[in-house]
Amino acid sequence: MEHLTILENKSIFIIREAYYRFKDIAMLWSVGKDSTTLLWLCRKAFFGQIPFPVIHIDTTYKFPEMYRFRDEYAKKWGLNLIVGRNEGQIEAAMGPGKGSKLDCCNELKTNALKETIGKYGLKALLLGIRRDEHGIRAKERVFSPRDENFKWDYENQPAELWDQYKSTAAEDNHFRVHPILHMTELDIWRYIKRENIPMSELYFSKEGKRYRSIGCAPCCSPIESNASSVDEIISELETSNTSERSGRAQDKEDAYTMQKLRSLGYM
Amino acid sequence: MEERSLHIVIVGHVDHGKSTLVGRLIYDTGSLPPEKLEEIRKASELQGRELEFAYIMDNLEEERKKGITIDIAHTFFMTKKRRYVIIDAPGHKEFLKNMISGTSQAEAALLLIDISQGIQEQTRRHCYILSLLGVRQIAVLVNKMDLAGYREESFNEIRNEIEILLKGLKIIPSYIIPVSASKGENVALRSEKLTWYKGPTILEALDNFDTLKIEDKGLRFAVQDLYTVVGEPVAVGRVEAGVLRKGQDVFVLPEKRKARITKIKKYLEEDMPFAATGDCVGIRIEGPGLKRGQILSDKILSTITDTIHANIFWMVDKEYRLGTPIIFRCATQEVKGSIRKILKRFDPASIEVVEHNATTIKPAEVAEVEIGLEAMVTVDNFFEVPELGRFVLEHAGYPVAGGIIV
Repeated sequence: MEHLTILENKSIFIIREAYYRFKDIAMLWSVGKDSTTLLWLCRKAFFGQIPFPVIHIDTTYKFPEMYRFRDEYAKKWGLNLIVGRNEGQIEAAMGPGKGSKLDCCNELKTNALKETIGKYGLKALLLGIRRDEHGIRAKERVFSPRDENFKWDYENQPAELWDQYKSTAAEDNHFRVHPILHMTELDIWRYIKRENIPMSELYFSKEGKRYRSIGCAPCCSPIESNASSVDEIISELETSNTSERSGRAQDKEDAYTMQKLRSLGYM
Repeated sequence: MEERSLHIVIVGHVDHGKSTLVGRLIYDTGSLPPEKLEEIRKASELQGRELEFAYIMDNLEEERKKGITIDIAHTFFMTKKRRYVIIDAPGHKEFLKNMISGTSQAEAALLLIDISQGIQEQTRRHCYILSLLGVRQIAVLVNKMDLAGYREESFNEIRNEIEILLKGLKIIPSYIIPVSASKGENVALRSEKLTWYKGPTILEALDNFDTLKIEDKGLRFAVQDLYTVVGEPVAVGRVEAGVLRKGQDVFVLPEKRKARITKIKKYLEEDMPFAATGDCVGIRIEGPGLKRGQILSDKILSTITDTIHANIFWMVDKEYRLGTPIIFRCATQEVKGSIRKILKRFDPASIEVVEHNATTIKPAEVAEVEIGLEAMVTVDNFFEVPELGRFVLEHAGYPVAGGIIV
């Protein structure tokens, strides 16, 4: 079996397992390449029609291209799209210029997510994080329980063997489910090519620059690149040796910001 | 390039150099991004250490402060031959469930032994877990050769001890390699200080391992869920072994009812002639409806039973008392039950039987048990069809034990 088909089967098995266990489930879609790939896999798992909502956590700082892409494909793919925002903090003008990156991510992303989970009574969330993205994410389980404070208890994670994912215990508030944890950045782009998955134009080079990882516009820097097609991105990655999130400001503030953010409930 | 990635778990006693080795392997093969190296350099200085290769894997602040590995981390790298997924497992007894989670995904293992310490408690425990979980491809790395002056005699002593230990577990190591992970001797590059050693480096040993072979076995298709797709019922599931073919007559287990496969499909592949081992597909059948947990099989070779005889390993720090309810989970089957008999329990670090006909199983122990279930399940011998020969026991929402049916 082809490498990408092995990875796809694994993802689809996890998505179906999560849906079997939790009917109060939703998928987080940041409109980036990983969660758009996850969205594609969800469409495949359910033969074209995703039976649960797709949530976009909107900080209001996303690139205009991302909003356009989101709305276009939400319509085209018949998604039940929910946009989650921390309205109180947005009104209070929270932003990357105010306070630390940790505070801003925590308010506009994590707390917006908390509100949305509470509002819709969600018991599980599908997320497109990958182990090779960041050392902290390399430690994740496929089914990762969170308590009522959304804390990730990374020092005491449940055992996970042979595709048997933990059931719900009394203290579990909700689960984070990670169906593409086993894919690398290169796997993602090769899969995008094979499946012809539409991607935001921000990933493709314009005037010698492109984004390798996208999020909020003020906190993302483009890389120097002439890769303007999926094929060119793949060959660029095959020879490149810089890390994927090197353009993401929140990772740089302090060596353990990502760990702190994630233990508070960040994606 | 091979299609299938090879999953390798790194095991061994606390501080014998597992994370350092993985870090070194990533660094020496040029797989480490320069800014990541810079981050490690800074973090090492912050902890008052020299460049600490273990930090490439140990990313939690607590791990770096204490200089230990708490949980498994997966990392990816590639040689010309194939892709690797390297799973770095913690060496402390308290983190055994993490080590087992890592080992359960591996097809091969690197076992580290610090030459100045020799075989220790977790070395024994980990060897036993490897043998229990059927990991047969093992390279033993005798680490910290720099501390032993790179002497051949010191290496030979340890080599003999480890060969005896592994022989007792019916494991023949593929290689026993003298290395220094921190200095990079015999990791990716051949050591000039260990010229008396003529075997492969770690990197060469990895490339010499075999990837998992998909053998031609009888069909086992595990039903995962039932969907309605455009008004039609579709059962989804995974081919756990063998091949599922359109038009094939199958038995629905454990009921032993007959059915015929009339359609196999994926999204945008409406009519597949067959699905291979590992494929997740939707099917339609002629016959009564299916439900989760059923196994479709071409012949009835599996055992259909409500009594499981197995070896289990206890993974949580709370002991088991005979009669406590558990849930048995094997492939997509889930059935309530309890352990009816503990024929014997033992500590795999000493491999001496602690007790026969016991009433409890203590943390990190292995036990031979009889499990009574409330309904029939379909199982196989682990060494014939691993997918239906291994299971997890849950209690109160937590996986408490893993088991092997032999």
